[in-house]
Amino acid sequence: MIAQQVAFWIIAVAMALAAIGVVRSQNVVHAALYLVAVLAGSAAQFLLLAAEFVAWVQVIVYIGAVVVLFLFGIMLTRAPMKGETSLDYAKRWPAAVAGLFVFGIFAVLTIDAFGAKKIKLDNELLVVGNTATVGADVFRTYVLPFEVVSILLLAALVGAVVLARRD
Amino acid sequence: MYLNYLLILAAFLFCCGIYGVLARRNGVMVLLSVELMLNAVNLNLIAFSAYRHAVAGQVFALFTITIAAAEVGVGLAIVLLLYRNLRTPDLDRADQLKG
Repeated sequence: MIAQQVAFWIIAVAMALAAIGVVRSQNVVHAALYLVAVLAGSAAQFLLLAAEFVAWVQVIVYIGAVVVLFLFGIMLTRAPMKGETSLDYAKRWPAAVAGLFVFGIFAVLTIDAFGAKKIKLDNELLVVGNTATVGADVFRTYVLPFEVVSILLLAALVGAVVLARRD
Repeated sequence: MYLNYLLILAAFLFCCGIYGVLARRNGVMVLLSVELMLNAVNLNLIAFSAYRHAVAGQVFALFTITIAAAEVGVGLAIVLLLYRNLRTPDLDRADQLKG
């Protein structure tokens, strides 16, 4: 239990700092690499919560595919590498106010609603996060949404090709 | 482990995403911030799945990951088109409805 707590705090602090890096960095490639740190951190949190299948899907799909797509996007839009033109608006305090406001509301509400609730890290949890259990649930209970998602991916693929091609 | 730790971490990531979407001018950076927000939602889904010992949360997290991948594909295609037409990835330059 103690080891999990320590691991949680270390990863959580790293994730928070990296998240600030994503929104504050003035170098587009650094921002994408900070995003890799956040995504890897949440994969590690998923592993701490025994969600092994989702953790590895997160690593493969997010870090493997989405971040590479972002790097291609950065390359193709020839974004300024450092300091030529700013990546941010000059007036940023309203955005900071909005973010802090929403964070305050979330913090108060979650402490009010789930203040004393604990996650039981026991052997049953290992069965819940098991790849076999998740797979069985996807292909039994959620098979229709699963097929709908595949159609959505096809539509997104065709849409992206139509948007990005030159004619 | 307290459920709240994860929920507040996710809330922090989400609010970083909100700040990024509002404060970033570059289209690719706005999409990066949207990814941050989607990832915070995944963290919440897995936390509740572990709290309730229910598989449903993990399945929904898988769907969210898939939809995020689709969203990035289309979003980057739009930013690319914007860059090709306006010669800049800055979103505040796209202030006209005609092409």
